[in-house]
Amino acid sequence: MSATRVQFISPRTLRLLSPGRSALFLPGCGGPHRGGGVPGFRSLTSPPLSSSSSPGRALSSLSTTRRALPKTKMSDNGTMSRGKVLTIDNMNPTVKKVEYAVRGPIVQRAVELEKELSEGMKKPFAEVIRANIGDAQAMGQQPITFFRQVLALCSYPDLLSDSTFPEDAKSRACRILNSCGGNSMGAYSASQGIGSVRQDVARFIERRDGGVPCNPDNIYLTTGASDGIVTMLKLLVCGEGATRTGVMISIPQYPLYSAALADLSAVQINYYLNEEKCWSLDISELQRALDEARLHCNPRALCIINPGNPTGQVQSRECIEDVIRFAAKERLFLMADEIMFTPNIRHCVPYSQVYQDNVYAEGCQFHSFKKVLFEMGPEYSETVELASFHSTSKCYMGECGFRGGYMEIINMDDDVKDQLTKLFSVRLCSPVPGQALMDLVERTTTLSALAEKAKLTEQVLNTVEGIRCNPVQGAMYSFPCITIPERAIQEAKKLGQQPDMFYCMKMLEETGICLVPGSGFGQREGTYHFRMTILPPKDKLKILLNNVKEFHQRFTQQYS
Amino acid sequence: MSVRQEISSNVRNMKQMEYFILCRRTNQIKEELRQGVRKSYREVIDVSWGDPHRAGVKPLSFVRQVLAACLYPQLMDGDKLMVDVKERAQRLLRTCAGGSVGSYSDIAGIPQIVQSVSEYIVRRDGGAPCHPKNIYITPGSQWALTNILKVLVNSEASPRTGVLIPVPCHSTTIISLTALGAVAVPYYLREERSWALEVEELQRALDSAKGVCNPVALYIINPGNPAGYVQSRKCMQEVIRFAAEKKLFLLADEVYQDCVYGKESEFVSYKRVLAEIGAPLSDTVELASFHTASKGLMGECGLRAGYVELVNLDPAVMKYIHKLFSTNTCPVLGQIALDVMVNPPQPGDPSYPLYLKETQHIRASLAENVRRVEEVINSIPSFSCQSLEGGAFAFPRVFLQPKAIERAKEAGLQPDTFYCMRLLEEAGVLFSPGTEYGQKEGTYHIRFCIMTPTDTMEEILKRLSTFHKQFMKEFS
Repeated sequence: MSATRVQFISPRTLRLLSPGRSALFLPGCGGPHRGGGVPGFRSLTSPPLSSSSSPGRALSSLSTTRRALPKTKMSDNGTMSRGKVLTIDNMNPTVKKVEYAVRGPIVQRAVELEKELSEGMKKPFAEVIRANIGDAQAMGQQPITFFRQVLALCSYPDLLSDSTFPEDAKSRACRILNSCGGNSMGAYSASQGIGSVRQDVARFIERRDGGVPCNPDNIYLTTGASDGIVTMLKLLVCGEGATRTGVMISIPQYPLYSAALADLSAVQINYYLNEEKCWSLDISELQRALDEARLHCNPRALCIINPGNPTGQVQSRECIEDVIRFAAKERLFLMADEIMFTPNIRHCVPYSQVYQDNVYAEGCQFHSFKKVLFEMGPEYSETVELASFHSTSKCYMGECGFRGGYMEIINMDDDVKDQLTKLFSVRLCSPVPGQALMDLVERTTTLSALAEKAKLTEQVLNTVEGIRCNPVQGAMYSFPCITIPERAIQEAKKLGQQPDMFYCMKMLEETGICLVPGSGFGQREGTYHFRMTILPPKDKLKILLNNVKEFHQRFTQQYS
Repeated sequence: MSVRQEISSNVRNMKQMEYFILCRRTNQIKEELRQGVRKSYREVIDVSWGDPHRAGVKPLSFVRQVLAACLYPQLMDGDKLMVDVKERAQRLLRTCAGGSVGSYSDIAGIPQIVQSVSEYIVRRDGGAPCHPKNIYITPGSQWALTNILKVLVNSEASPRTGVLIPVPCHSTTIISLTALGAVAVPYYLREERSWALEVEELQRALDSAKGVCNPVALYIINPGNPAGYVQSRKCMQEVIRFAAEKKLFLLADEVYQDCVYGKESEFVSYKRVLAEIGAPLSDTVELASFHTASKGLMGECGLRAGYVELVNLDPAVMKYIHKLFSTNTCPVLGQIALDVMVNPPQPGDPSYPLYLKETQHIRASLAENVRRVEEVINSIPSFSCQSLEGGAFAFPRVFLQPKAIERAKEAGLQPDTFYCMRLLEEAGVLFSPGTEYGQKEGTYHIRFCIMTPTDTMEEILKRLSTFHKQFMKEFS
């Protein structure tokens, strides 16, 4: 690590500026002075900073921007207006690029509609169905009793004397509490996460991967999976101009990636999944995307979402091996988003049964990147750098509200690992109840119902002319391709909307069904999609699918 | 593997806290004790964080009962829980999608809880209006602060964006600023005057930034961390006028607002003072005020829940803040704790007597600890402690001898880190060194959490006194 640029104003500068009060302005104000010397301070003696047109506090928008929400005003009799310190023109430009479709305008409108309904306003539907997000419990899935018993015991340990709680829940709660500071879930944990939970997660991973060893020191417990993904990207992104870091992401992708990359001013490198082949990943497409990107940035990482989100495909073992070889050859850091993986392998069986006549049937077995990596021998297992991500939110656990997750890192340089730990320390720790939940990750349950719902969704949607739906092999979403009539496309353009945004907004207004337009995830130009969760209970899902079908037919008729 | 070591300079520049060295050693010592290694103490007392539960304070029963009932609603069938606990849990569960704390909440938090928070703020601020739309509940107040900073710090600007920060200052904020590529412009609090904030010093700090960076924000911690001051209304008025005149965005870190115990101290929020000043400032000065469920009497750090209230922001900027904040939501259990924090049991409620007893006990312990810390620390030669008015920490100054400083240098440690290391080794008490927070050159401090049970504090003070005597003797 070369000389650091200390971010504090140099104390030396301060002394220069106000010699009379030098006693006050001395080091120790946080700058590291190990080694005695003052490392390269950015001070008055630094090379002159260019650009005199300081965009920083330009008061570009005076009273016109003060059409402030009346609500934000503290009183109404303000006569003088003062330009805002923080305006749209001088705020951090990277933040402006952040888009997060799964919680975008459609969802905001859904919230308004819910409010209007609750106020007794008449609508063509009785309730808003939030099919936009994979929120199992909002859709009526019951939480798993054991998890909740353990967490209730951890919250209120007086219950440990309650005979109605099973012994295994009690002993698990005690184990977790014993490793919490002050035996309380209310204490901060180490920023990497509670030690005993990391050990249990490591053991779970070993079982998942058929005995491939897992070191708890390589596990980081995170606030949902997003905390891990964003932090990892922050660590990877550097350079300027043509050396700026590029990160390869699939299209369609989960918008967290594009949002984080925009925020970090990294270069987003799109590789397209092949919709015709059930959203499979082709190495030739990876190569194309990489070669093109190399002309203008420095590609350093490859993100893979498996099982797919929003696309719901499960990658074959062969494909994963190809991806690993590709990453090794091209020296890319692999980020494997395995959030959609369900720990219970048995549930995959019904999936395979559903698709036994289907060419994709054998692809439905989930393989973790780590397991495949280790089975490829030391040439790969000792060199390819990998981070894989998981969360409590998805699949059988469905505990979104706890914001639990973990990240495992493989083959990371020790110095870099120190930097990673440092980055995590800024957010102090991840929520401890979410960590406790991670401890329970190995408890299994069968989810055959999900396979049934996947099949139902595919069947119903494929009966509709103008909707084409790939089989849902894993995860909890379907991402059908929809045909939108030309007139509707023109109409959307007039409104300045993406055609599928227009479609989804209309669907919401008319049916109360809340979906995410495909444009939020990225799609091949000229194609349109929506993402819909398949989680609602079967009878509700049937009604939902039927409403989608009827809406689509109506919409097509209206605009053709 | 050189490719892999290329890391953004902002990340690399983030200060590696010396405190981590102490943490690592603490874990080793704990392990040694477990394996039966003989030491002069049986256990390590860790008061390096503002973490009341870790320091031995018991969680409030009402909070935990409501959480347990929300987690496992079957508990409400029996007679284990009070009626008001059940009512609260039922009401809160009705606000959760699918009636479960396991579902996602809205971006800004569960609307009913956001509403409760806004009503609480109105009560706290003597009726100054507060709109729920201006409140974001987040996974901890630090997350909110980091992300508001992210909006303020123009990553592409030249010169770089500056933020005025107090010295001493809570270390996480300094690290966040570095990670964002901002310049931290220090303004020094006057230790001899109970860590007073002086406007002339703000002016001096602002002048010092000329030609170096473009200061856009002023960060205030009140009540203080690490130093235990509480700002007066008059001081806050001056700060607000300064911010208005110099066009600075005010960042008010007010997470210790429920921890005020100085006889003449009173917590007043920046929002309230701003409202009282009246127009035009009350309509124009941009302010973000932060609060949390982690501190105060509740001390639920592990749940990670906080909020920010944004005042007078440009609506166009608010739109982007909304987008940015939508990438991470607050855990639902933390939101529930916040709801209880802003709406605790009231007289007449079945849970009130126990709640009152527990909170009075915490307050009384804290008052006693404050008294004892001031008394004992100021009686130790070569220690001086300003009067403690609020917050969760004592931040006394320790006068180290030249020989000790010399020895620290040999060990490659800051003198106060060295002191803390020896204290840890010999007395089994973990403090954090003043160097983490910034201090005037040649001065050394230690920080420790005073929210502990009283007997724990007695033990800490005893161990510290004994250790200090030996330490002074060794280096005299």
